[in-house]
Amino acid sequence: MPQIAWQKDIEAALQQSRGSGMPVLLDFSAAPA
Amino acid sequence: MTTHFIPVKVHIKEQKKVFDRFGALWTPTQIVLDADGEERHRIEGFLPVEDFLAQLELGLGKRQFQHQRFGDAERLFRAVCTGHPKSGGAPEACYWAGVAAYKNTNDPKHLGATGELLKTRYPDSEWARKASVWSKEES
Repeated sequence: MPQIAWQKDIEAALQQSRGSGMPVLLDFSAAPA
Repeated sequence: MTTHFIPVKVHIKEQKKVFDRFGALWTPTQIVLDADGEERHRIEGFLPVEDFLAQLELGLGKRQFQHQRFGDAERLFRAVCTGHPKSGGAPEACYWAGVAAYKNTNDPKHLGATGELLKTRYPDSEWARKASVWSKEES
């Protein structure tokens, strides 16, 4: 299974979303990275 | 997942402000956001894979619905309703598939059919109870 390239910067992701039209999936976690 | 979403992971210890900003109550929580930062769908708590995938599709459908792309929304909701029929999100997806079909066509037969489908397939779900008013109107 391919690794998911998770981002950490929500604002950068929203900006990317505005450009691509793709929604953001925000994953809140307490698990160790 | 990355073909449909821009994935962002937020760790409670590293970015507590983001938890507070979006009112996350518990982990894991996933939120589908539009480009303007508006929340379209929220998944709280762990889910097995099929349930999780169904919830993601449900979120994509709600987003399309919000943008009044009712044909696309119906297709996504229907994919959950028929493609993940045993998932916890299936009754909700069937409900919204019917609503999207109605909004797309203005034909109330979609509501009646959805009420019947939910009554038959998921009689104990709250979505069947919500849709029961449509069945009654048709009878």
